[in-house]
Amino acid sequence: MLRWLPEDVSTYGHEIDSLFYLIYYITAATFVLVTVLMIWFLIKYREQPGRRAVYNHGNTTLEIIWTVIPAAILIVLSFMSVNTWAKIKRNIPASDFEIQVTAKQFNWDVVYPGADGKFGTPDDVKFDNDLHVPMNKVVRVHLMSSDVIHSFFIPNLRFKQDAVPGRTILTWFEAKKAGRYELPCAELCGFGHSGMKGWLNVYTPEDYQKWAAEKLAPKPQ
Amino acid sequence: MSESAAAHGAHGHHPKPSFISHYLFSLDHKMIGRQFLFVGLLMLMIGGILAMLVRWQLAWPESPVPGLGFISEPYIYPGPNGGGIIPPQTYNALFTMHATIMIFFVVMPIMVGTFGNFLIPLMIGAGDMDFPKLNMLSFWVGAISGIVMLSSFFVPGGPAAGGWTGYATLSAKTQYTGVEWGQHLWIIALMLNGVSSLMGAINYITTVVNMRAPGMGYFRMPLTVWSLFITAILLLLALPVLTAALAMLLFDRMAGTSFFLPEGGGEPLLWQHMFWFFGHPEVYILVLPAMGITSDLLSTFSRKPIFGYHAMAFSMIAIAFLSWIVWGHHMFISGMNPLLGTAFMMTTMVIAVPSAIKVFNWLGTLWGGSIRLTVPMLFALGFVSNFLIGGLSGIFMASTPVDIFIHDTYFIVAHFHYVVAGIIFALFAAVYYWFPKMFYRQMNQPLGKIHFVLTYIFFNGAFFPMHFLGVGGHMRRIYNPLQYEFITPMHDWNVFITWSALILGASQIFFLINFFWSLFAGKKAERNPWQANTLEWSAPTPPPHGNFEVTPTVYRGAYEYSSPEVQEDWLPQDKDLGSRAAAKAH
Repeated sequence: MLRWLPEDVSTYGHEIDSLFYLIYYITAATFVLVTVLMIWFLIKYREQPGRRAVYNHGNTTLEIIWTVIPAAILIVLSFMSVNTWAKIKRNIPASDFEIQVTAKQFNWDVVYPGADGKFGTPDDVKFDNDLHVPMNKVVRVHLMSSDVIHSFFIPNLRFKQDAVPGRTILTWFEAKKAGRYELPCAELCGFGHSGMKGWLNVYTPEDYQKWAAEKLAPKPQ
Repeated sequence: MSESAAAHGAHGHHPKPSFISHYLFSLDHKMIGRQFLFVGLLMLMIGGILAMLVRWQLAWPESPVPGLGFISEPYIYPGPNGGGIIPPQTYNALFTMHATIMIFFVVMPIMVGTFGNFLIPLMIGAGDMDFPKLNMLSFWVGAISGIVMLSSFFVPGGPAAGGWTGYATLSAKTQYTGVEWGQHLWIIALMLNGVSSLMGAINYITTVVNMRAPGMGYFRMPLTVWSLFITAILLLLALPVLTAALAMLLFDRMAGTSFFLPEGGGEPLLWQHMFWFFGHPEVYILVLPAMGITSDLLSTFSRKPIFGYHAMAFSMIAIAFLSWIVWGHHMFISGMNPLLGTAFMMTTMVIAVPSAIKVFNWLGTLWGGSIRLTVPMLFALGFVSNFLIGGLSGIFMASTPVDIFIHDTYFIVAHFHYVVAGIIFALFAAVYYWFPKMFYRQMNQPLGKIHFVLTYIFFNGAFFPMHFLGVGGHMRRIYNPLQYEFITPMHDWNVFITWSALILGASQIFFLINFFWSLFAGKKAERNPWQANTLEWSAPTPPPHGNFEVTPTVYRGAYEYSSPEVQEDWLPQDKDLGSRAAAKAH
């Protein structure tokens, strides 16, 4: 089943994927165990003439065992998830690479701060549905929406964050492989929801310099 | 308490009621239960057809659906040979209405409305519900809410298209979806539906508390009654929150308020908090009766006491308490404070434990049994199998980091269909099982087995591959998956799922034939055809108004199968074994 996972090109994606695999193995084992027992019981204890069912109301030891073991596994899974979650969503690393993304029906407006490093100044550079970033660089995204809730989803980065009108959500990612990755909207946002997508372009540092020199440099008036 | 049950019994000698007071405005809980069943089954067909249209679009995007060309533009675009192409706006309306109808107008009316009404008085040995008029009102307000919901298909702009979750701000302003009256009517219908359920809930709670037959202590109640009792408490507490949220949404839309609109100082996430504060208990409102019914059926057809009766009752109580503190797991990536996400992950992991306890106790019930694979038993086992998958797949979403990736993908669609659509197995199990007491005839068993095998295979064919799509990142609620390069390689699964869904839908013809044929021509049922212990089987078939010839006295719990005290392998709750048992009851 997990072979369908898209290639991971982010710095934290492998932590998500390894939790994914771990839960997959635990749940698959539980599924097989319960299903095999169920089928075995259905065959072994099928109605047969002359045999009467066991008159048994339960077993407290078994109840304790199958309460404590799942509880222990689930609590361990929670604690294993806490740090990855904190790393991705709570502890946003510092970076000098910041962009602003504003979702609107049915586009991603991408804004680079320009040479002054500030948003909302005349040297801001805007792109429609295209993000351009260098690899191995923390990218901080200020995510906004101007109408309804959208969701900024980059499958290859294991990245998703809703954009909520009325607030700016600071989030981040770091790509480690150059390429062009699809950036769909993942939250129903109206009749044009399907097809609302952009592209994340990840460059090697050299290629990014070339791209930035061409596209981000102040335009002569 | 026992007096009121007896008093209701005495009501049994009324003059013959007219057609209208017997079939339409009946005060008899059994007739009200049947009314809910017929309305629920009708809505199931409508909700199912909407799902087929959604699946058609996903497998063969923008190709004409045969026979749909009669609908005018802009709702459907004309195609060749009388076919019709589904445009994106209509597609959004289709999945919105599919979910709304299936949850509020199929599973709730049938699992809670039908079986709550029909079974609670019969299983606790009462003559009727405590408030028969309120009960009738509950059905009719529910029916009106269904009519309002269906009428939204015929207003300009079409029905609601903002998803069954109705997230603000999409749902709060007409300009965002282009749907005006459709969304208004959706809100109004759900408010009416909430009032209907609330009246039912008050009735169920009062009846269980006040009208149990002599000797029917709480811990002698069948788990079906326990599950419906707990469900009613959840309904009573959860629905007002939804109704309040819907009222605020309606004000935002019609009166210019800004509860959920940031431009007026409102907060879109407030809707999500209120909706899911209702919405997560709602999931258990839907699934608890299925669990209760499954427990009773597994015990009856294993000819064996339910394994761990108290563990089963207390795990449902635990689920009911925990269901109030897990709503945030729907909102991990909503922009809510991520620290809250950590807290909700913990509570969500904990709520998986009582669910696991239930599955293991079901296994324990099968162990050592003398299992009769009747049609109701097969469907009950089907429910266990689906709930197992749906429960396990929930653990993926509970882990916050994994949820970042699979949130809003088909993985979630697979998960909640295994849980919520899986309830249909318990629903069918219950219909096949109680049909003899409801309609005094037996359903056909071979046809029922064909229905089970086809439903089980194609249910899994339709929903299991959705996990693969979700792992691949396939978003939910998209109109055309071929618009995405990363989804296109998985398209064969979409086609496979659609074929499975179409055959799953077609397989239900075996149920419809069996149901209506048995209604008129099925074999006449005896009083206790399944040799079961619970009180409804001690009532005559057909049960008269007032249910029992004499108010039953309960001597024991519901699960004394294969008891060494008697020769046969069942021992009804009200069977007097003489002085020894009678002494125990006092």
